[in-house]
Amino acid sequence: MTGAHTLALDDLQELIDILSSRGYSVLGPTVVDGAIDIRPLTSVSQLPHGWGDEQDGAHYRLRRRGDDAVFGFACGAQSAKPVFFPADELLWRSRSGPDGPQIDRPDDDRPDDDRYGPPYAVLGLRSCDLAAIRIHDRVLTGRAVADAHYATRRTDSVIIAVTCTDPAGTCFCVSMDTGPVPSEGFDIALTELYADGPHRFVARPGSPRGAELLERLAARDATDEDLAHAASVGEQAAQRMGRRLDDTNLKNILYDNAESAVWDDVADRCLSCGNCTLVCPTCFCTSITDVSDLAGATSERHRVWDSCFSADYSYIHGGAVRESTRSRYRQWMTHKLAAWKDQFGTSGCVGCGRCITWCPAAIDITAEAGELRRVAEHREERRARQP
Amino acid sequence: MGTAGKPSLAVWKFASCDGCQLTLLNCEDELLSIAGAVTIAYFPEATRAVVEGPYDVSLVEGSVTTPHDAERIQQIRAMSGTLVTIGACATAGGIQALRNLGDVREFRSVVYAHPEYVETLDRSTPIAAHVSVDHELRGCPIDKRQLLELLAALLAGRKPRIPTYSVCIECKERGNVCVAVADGTPCLGPVTQAGCGALCPSFARGCYGCFGPQDSANLPSMTRRLRAQGMSEPQVIRLYRTFNTGAEAFRAESQRVVSGSTAGTATAEEVST
Ligand code: SF4
Ligand code: SF4
Ligand code: SF4
Ligand code: SF4
Repeated sequence: MTGAHTLALDDLQELIDILSSRGYSVLGPTVVDGAIDIRPLTSVSQLPHGWGDEQDGAHYRLRRRGDDAVFGFACGAQSAKPVFFPADELLWRSRSGPDGPQIDRPDDDRPDDDRYGPPYAVLGLRSCDLAAIRIHDRVLTGRAVADAHYATRRTDSVIIAVTCTDPAGTCFCVSMDTGPVPSEGFDIALTELYADGPHRFVARPGSPRGAELLERLAARDATDEDLAHAASVGEQAAQRMGRRLDDTNLKNILYDNAESAVWDDVADRCLSCGNCTLVCPTCFCTSITDVSDLAGATSERHRVWDSCFSADYSYIHGGAVRESTRSRYRQWMTHKLAAWKDQFGTSGCVGCGRCITWCPAAIDITAEAGELRRVAEHREERRARQP
Repeated sequence: MGTAGKPSLAVWKFASCDGCQLTLLNCEDELLSIAGAVTIAYFPEATRAVVEGPYDVSLVEGSVTTPHDAERIQQIRAMSGTLVTIGACATAGGIQALRNLGDVREFRSVVYAHPEYVETLDRSTPIAAHVSVDHELRGCPIDKRQLLELLAALLAGRKPRIPTYSVCIECKERGNVCVAVADGTPCLGPVTQAGCGALCPSFARGCYGCFGPQDSANLPSMTRRLRAQGMSEPQVIRLYRTFNTGAEAFRAESQRVVSGSTAGTATAEEVST
């Protein structure tokens, strides 16, 4: 690809500095309480130097890699979702004034808002995370009424993606055709090389802005060897997926098996805790809540993350539509892997595996979908054999 | 109505430690607003002044453990507009509901020099077992922000925002890393009702369930997970038998584990030692 450069760690620092000086809030992966998550970043020293991860159902552990890789782990605890679609968003506030209620827009408050505000530059996002952002863009800004708050956060955001070198035990982006090599939706895509020669990063521009940033760094052009190396890193990662999901005909299998006994079996284990939906980079369900102060002088409207696993989420006059955990898990998986395709034209799953790793009951969407398929196909076979 | 057309508020104490009432007094920054919005008509912990009922809002702390209290709560209900139970004692019977598992007469004879002076019921019961309750605030103690939210909602005539989903939701909202997954720390968050703002996991501790069961708690699955994390059956039983031992989901599960446990390793006696 034209315009590819080879960067050293110092060049990454310069990139962070340039973005900061242009007014971006720079965020990136760092070690937080025993996991890797996205936080404000000012220095490359905050990157997870030498850390890898070990992921399985209900299991996440950091591990020492024994090298100096700074991106040698798979997807972290959260995707970019909390950055562009925060857990609690103030939509507006009204105060009683001398001339009646006065409405403030959240932007009016920015100065006393200590959160890192837009525009954002997010470093270290994975290919699955980019696929999830494309889905959110479609869902939140590509329909009749765009989500103005999300759009503001996304506008002018800079995305610096990374090719996965060491996928986790719960990764299955290859099954969902979303990774592990970033293909679109980034300004710059990095591939970290550390196995041979000096520690370096092959940087591909993905937008005019990305190309301009790379030019500013005055780094050398990537050699053919570096490019070949970077390509083989991605190919090897694709061979090392921890999980697999067979998406063939999955939509119809889900639609046809709403009463499968598999749902009872999951419901027996599911804690209805909501973790899967809140770590899923594509889940976007929220509730609108109003709060007022004691004096009745100020009231606020917030949009907060909610989950199809909470009883109240399906509450309408007279009760909750989805009373049972069985119906909630079924709703979640059927929306994600089937109805999403009808609604938005893609699967709702990008294969990041977070719902598996962070489910405290170790429920595995790939295993459940596989079991549903197995039971359904077994039934079909028996039916076919009958005269 | 209290004075100046402001709603009147009464705070009542039953068997409890006063910690939940203290949460109201700990609202230092907001006390003036509270005093401005309501007439505090009966609150012995804070003031000796007593305004006679009826009261628009009664906050009730504590569980019912004596015949006298069983009568008193009826009177309070009769003179209260909205009755709100506050804390694990009032909503589930509290830590003192451990007596429900044992023989109160025996405890009494062992503990007191003159057991004949002690008049007590066999069981510690939540307020809702005696009278109808309009709202409940969980926790040991309750959460200050939830108390303020409830009062603000009652004043505005709107529904209070008191979610009944799991602590995990608040954990994720705060951006915590899950201690159960990333550290193997046993955590009751998945079966416990939100409201504390995921306080314990925010300090790298497992949740121990002081807000009682969430609305869709799956306790048998929680038990299997805790066992897989290396807890013994007596430890699991002890975890369910704390401030919310009397909450139905926790009570039933601890009982189920006791009766299913192998070779009598987890009798009620052993667990209480
Ligand atoms: S459903 Fe699970 S694996 Fe798929 S995108 Fe969501 S969290 Fe990732
Ligand atoms: S799912 Fe693919 S792109 Fe995402 S972290 Fe795993 S290997 Fe990387
Ligand atoms: S599938 Fe797992 S994470 Fe999701 S609600 Fe059930 S127990 Fe919680
Ligand atoms: S730390 Fe506990 S409360 Fe928080 S997400 Fe994990 S299991 Fe839930």
